[in-house]
Amino acid sequence: MRVNFTVNGRPQEADDVWEGESLLYVLRERLGLPGSKNACEQGECGSCTVRLDGVPVCSCLVAAGQVEGREVVTVEGLAEYAKEREAHGGCASGACGTSVDQAKKWEAKPQDSQTGEGVELSPIQQAFIDAGAVQCGFCTPGLLVAADEMLERNPSPTDADIREALSGNLCRCTGYEKILDAVRLAAARQERQGEAV
Amino acid sequence: MDFLRPASWEEALAAKAEHPTAVPISGGTDVMVEINFDHRRPEYLLDLNRIELLREWEVGEENVRLGASVPYTQIMENLRAELPGLALASHTVASPQIRNRGGVGGNLGTASPAGDAHPALLAAGAEVEVESVRGSRFIPIDEFYTGVKRNALQPDELIKTVHIKKADGPQQYSKVGTRNAMVIAVCAFGLALHPETRTVRTGIGSAAPTPIRAKEAEAFLNAALEEGGFWDNGKIITPAIAKQFADLCSAAANPIDDVRGTAKYRRHAVGIMARRQLGWTWEQYRGTGRTLEGAA
Amino acid sequence: MAQNTRTVPVGTPTDVTQNHTQGGVGASTLRPDGTLKVTGEFAYSSDMWHEDMLWGQVLRSTVAHAEIVSIDTSEALTTDGVYAVLTHEDLPAAKNYGLEFRDTPVLAYGKVRHHGEPVALVAADHPETARRAAAKIKVEYRELPVITDEASATAPDAILVHENRDDHHAAHVPHPNIVHRQPIIRGDADEAAKRADVIVRGEYTFGMQDQAFLGPESGLAVPAEDGGVDLYVATQWLHADREQIAPCLGLPQDKVRMTMAGIGGAFGGREDISMQILASLLALRTGKPVKMVYNRYESFFGHVHRHPAKLYYEHGATKDGKITHMKCKIVLDGGAYASSTVSVVGNASSLSVGPYVIDDVEIEAIGLYTNNPPCGAMRGFGAVQACFAYEAQMDKLAAKLGMDPVEFRQLNAMEQGTIMPTGQVVDSPAPVAELLRRVKARPMPPERQWETAGESADVRALPGGLSNTSHGEGVVRGVGYAVGIKNVGFSEGFDDYSTAKIRLEVINGEAVATVHTAAAEVGQGGVTIHAQIARTELGVQQVTIHPADTQVGSAGSTSAGRQTYMTGGAIKNSCELVRERVLEIGRRKFGSHHPAWANAELLLEGGKVVTDGGEALATIADVLEDQAVEVEEEWRHRPTQAFDRVTGQGDGHVQYAFAAHRAVVEVDTELGLVKVIELACAQDVGKAVNPLSVIGQIQGGTTQGLGVAVMEEIIVDPKTAKVRNPSFTDYLIPTILDTPTIPVDYLELADPHAPYGVRGIGEAPTLSSTPAVLAAIRAATGLELNKTPVRPEALTGTL
Repeated sequence: MRVNFTVNGRPQEADDVWEGESLLYVLRERLGLPGSKNACEQGECGSCTVRLDGVPVCSCLVAAGQVEGREVVTVEGLAEYAKEREAHGGCASGACGTSVDQAKKWEAKPQDSQTGEGVELSPIQQAFIDAGAVQCGFCTPGLLVAADEMLERNPSPTDADIREALSGNLCRCTGYEKILDAVRLAAARQERQGEAV
Repeated sequence: MDFLRPASWEEALAAKAEHPTAVPISGGTDVMVEINFDHRRPEYLLDLNRIELLREWEVGEENVRLGASVPYTQIMENLRAELPGLALASHTVASPQIRNRGGVGGNLGTASPAGDAHPALLAAGAEVEVESVRGSRFIPIDEFYTGVKRNALQPDELIKTVHIKKADGPQQYSKVGTRNAMVIAVCAFGLALHPETRTVRTGIGSAAPTPIRAKEAEAFLNAALEEGGFWDNGKIITPAIAKQFADLCSAAANPIDDVRGTAKYRRHAVGIMARRQLGWTWEQYRGTGRTLEGAA
Repeated sequence: MAQNTRTVPVGTPTDVTQNHTQGGVGASTLRPDGTLKVTGEFAYSSDMWHEDMLWGQVLRSTVAHAEIVSIDTSEALTTDGVYAVLTHEDLPAAKNYGLEFRDTPVLAYGKVRHHGEPVALVAADHPETARRAAAKIKVEYRELPVITDEASATAPDAILVHENRDDHHAAHVPHPNIVHRQPIIRGDADEAAKRADVIVRGEYTFGMQDQAFLGPESGLAVPAEDGGVDLYVATQWLHADREQIAPCLGLPQDKVRMTMAGIGGAFGGREDISMQILASLLALRTGKPVKMVYNRYESFFGHVHRHPAKLYYEHGATKDGKITHMKCKIVLDGGAYASSTVSVVGNASSLSVGPYVIDDVEIEAIGLYTNNPPCGAMRGFGAVQACFAYEAQMDKLAAKLGMDPVEFRQLNAMEQGTIMPTGQVVDSPAPVAELLRRVKARPMPPERQWETAGESADVRALPGGLSNTSHGEGVVRGVGYAVGIKNVGFSEGFDDYSTAKIRLEVINGEAVATVHTAAAEVGQGGVTIHAQIARTELGVQQVTIHPADTQVGSAGSTSAGRQTYMTGGAIKNSCELVRERVLEIGRRKFGSHHPAWANAELLLEGGKVVTDGGEALATIADVLEDQAVEVEEEWRHRPTQAFDRVTGQGDGHVQYAFAAHRAVVEVDTELGLVKVIELACAQDVGKAVNPLSVIGQIQGGTTQGLGVAVMEEIIVDPKTAKVRNPSFTDYLIPTILDTPTIPVDYLELADPHAPYGVRGIGEAPTLSSTPAVLAAIRAATGLELNKTPVRPEALTGTL
């Protein structure tokens, strides 16, 4: 079957999709967006977390056919999504205040990041690097999408809030301490920036 | 495999009538696991995501009409007052990502004894509104579960809403798992006090072939509360009554040994949860209870 | 290698360049691959993609032990979209591979020896097509009785898991179902026992743990025009893989070109071959690139696990708290194939005494062949199981003597100069007592926070967490301590080396270093410190990390806590050789301009050649101009010795690492649920080359130890030897809500024998974490708890 949907602000079409394929498979193998990860494919690890119409979901458990006409944001589009949110007063597409029309105009910019130098990052991405929250990095894309969405909803989370919001994302390397640090760091930077405005 | 994408409820019913083997998929949190792991290759997948009415709820005088696909996150956030037991249960479901997709309709459709919503529905009292091209009917929750992963649906029927009694008293829900989050129930227990009718109802999950109520325990407690005038005098329930209630809840369980836990442990844990929840709900009823953060 | 004219696969790793002004040894430099990893651009092995690629699928055995009567692939072969179906009959050359013994069939022939063993392979144009075709392969088995434990393995009439063993341990083992046996005898334990005022004995069981790395086994094999194969995989040791792969493909090693694809964690689970040979066979057969990705279910069968163990210990002590003797027997279940069981036995045996001074010991460790899942390397490697047992013994002894458990340990703690049971002198710092003092001295986390925290009280901090099982009822706090000892690097006389190729050149007027090694970056931050070392040694800012591949010499495995020591040492050494060459060139060019060029102590700093007094003599740019200096050199640690097979004597280990933990837990004693509140660690790291990474390693290792204390276990049915929980639904690893605060206190007591004084850090925290949690649960419940993980049933008497 054919599936049309929007990924990171760009219309996408996938052809010859097998009906049992997941959104995750389509993103990774058909659209060249392997950033969302395939660690368990049973909704137990959160590595494949994307936003579907603004809501964080496990893309491994969304049937490809279910995303027809819908909007998906993946880790590849996170920096641009956050930038857009900043430009619209702290809210990104549709989720809080941005009109759907505005949101539809949003489009991820292509990145040249073979080396990663000079790439613009979202606050949560930068915080993960700065806090040492990335080791093997396989859980990182899903954690970033989940953490970014939490900070959008809850800009001053308690530790318990952070833990609950990220309880669907397994990490095997870090023991989570540096991940907590990263989210606290992003929240603090966000708050400071808010005060400065 | 065919992927059916009805745009309306009527189209969905027509599709299900035409293809009774079609597997409904809404949040996908059960169906997609089975597909990803090669456990199931349905002939047809019937996508219900486009059907708005399944994602709506309405708070009425007596009941909450809960659309089958209302995600658990919405229940937690919006229906805490009306459906405290189900809101607590929703909070124990898997992870935030899963709670954003999964709904009560899926739990009912799968009818796994480990489904988190079942004990809360049993304790609150509910009816499942199912429909087919032949018409609609209401199935009382007590008659809904017919066997291990079996329910009372006909092949052409789809679950539309669940009509759950609005809480008229305190409700509690707990689930035991070997992890502090994202865990399938080893066993679960729900309790609802219904002061209007001066009754209590229970629900037990993962400790019998189907979700069940502990009816003897309920009957015992109903009688004991009545006899002691507890509903009126608001006295603390005696440890002897609480113990007897807990023991009867344990006895109602009919669990198995499996990789998640022993039958003996499940029976034991059901009793502990029953005793604790009786304490919590009764304290709430007496107006002295407090709720902890994160507990819904 | 230009033989391959195919397009380069999508996801092929490229050079990563990092520019840092102050990013030398000792700095918390950020990861050079960090940006790639947070943007989703970093390509893992499962992200590899090639035009026209096929998908490989394995058919695995559904039974644990059986003769294969027949395999019928005819229906699978005629399926649309299927390009190849292979069985053992299609193997072109060697049929077996293996790390220490070549005992593991690429595809089962004759019989299958464990549940989930590869039997056949399919290549097809879509993973679903491949799965459907694999399901059509008919395998007929004649089931055999299963060997599952020591008793069934060593019974006189036991079926042999492997007949006709010809490995180098076959001759000395007491039974063919014993892979290896390592005794250690020192002093006279029986005589010393007579001095004991108290004696404690215990029998301990350690469950089978899974590495549960998140990135599944995966990769891409691309057939080359020269008949060879280009392989993009995630592994811990490229060169050891290649030595095993090439014979099975019937190819010379240089026709198996391997490139390290991005690795989603390893923890020992990628030390053995997984899909490497399978994908290569399909690629060579079909002439097309073949991608293979195990799903999580298959991953549980796709790699070895941590050896489950039974441990029998006896310790004695005098009234004044000195340990008199220790006797132990450790039985490790290696499962159906040897993997690294031999080395795990050596470790378990030689570290079974723990970080204590005990002169009179009688030790025996054996590794079994059974029909259980094969076991091999996992973080802590044989030392983990022993630590769980000896630390329980220490608490028992202290309790029996009425002593404080920490003071008792300190009284018996080893130190520099202590002689190990193997006769080896510990010849670098061993601050065991100090580590214990530090964790004990920490302030305690507040008690009963759900009562005292008022409005902010939270069920999420109680046992059961979000599941709302307790509002404080039945909850009891416990505190426990543990300390452990782990060897670093490859032991027992193994020729352990690493290789580093360093290039220094001038680009746009700036000196730039390129580091090329075959070391696996599994997440630990090897690439970060490689750049740091190059900066420190060569005085450059800009360092390029070249992808790991087999175009450079072996780096050895990323395991045994050895890579900072070994590949770090190799990089340091090669950089020093590069520096000498630079200085040589400089002396030739400018030696006559300044007398200081004759000085032997010249350094490279800030892009310049400087004297040890800090005077700049020339820029590196002026010295090199358009000349590049490149050195590729192997580097070795001090040689070690094999352990004597009868007495276990020998200087077997390179270096020892130590960590201590204090666990604070709260246990719902009625429901048997545990919440770990805090897990403080103190560890000697020798030298923190990158402090941020050091803390990350310690916290990560600690958490894996926590997992096996309270939830992680692969459950194998003892009747059928089949795995019962191969999924993340039933094999649980800690979530962020299960993981406590992990304060880390590290010491930097340099090891004079190691580069920069470093000490391997990754493994030691995994040892002591588990027994500390167990001790805390015992303290809370008063139960003996001799098995890990502790299940709710064990805490509630409902087994």
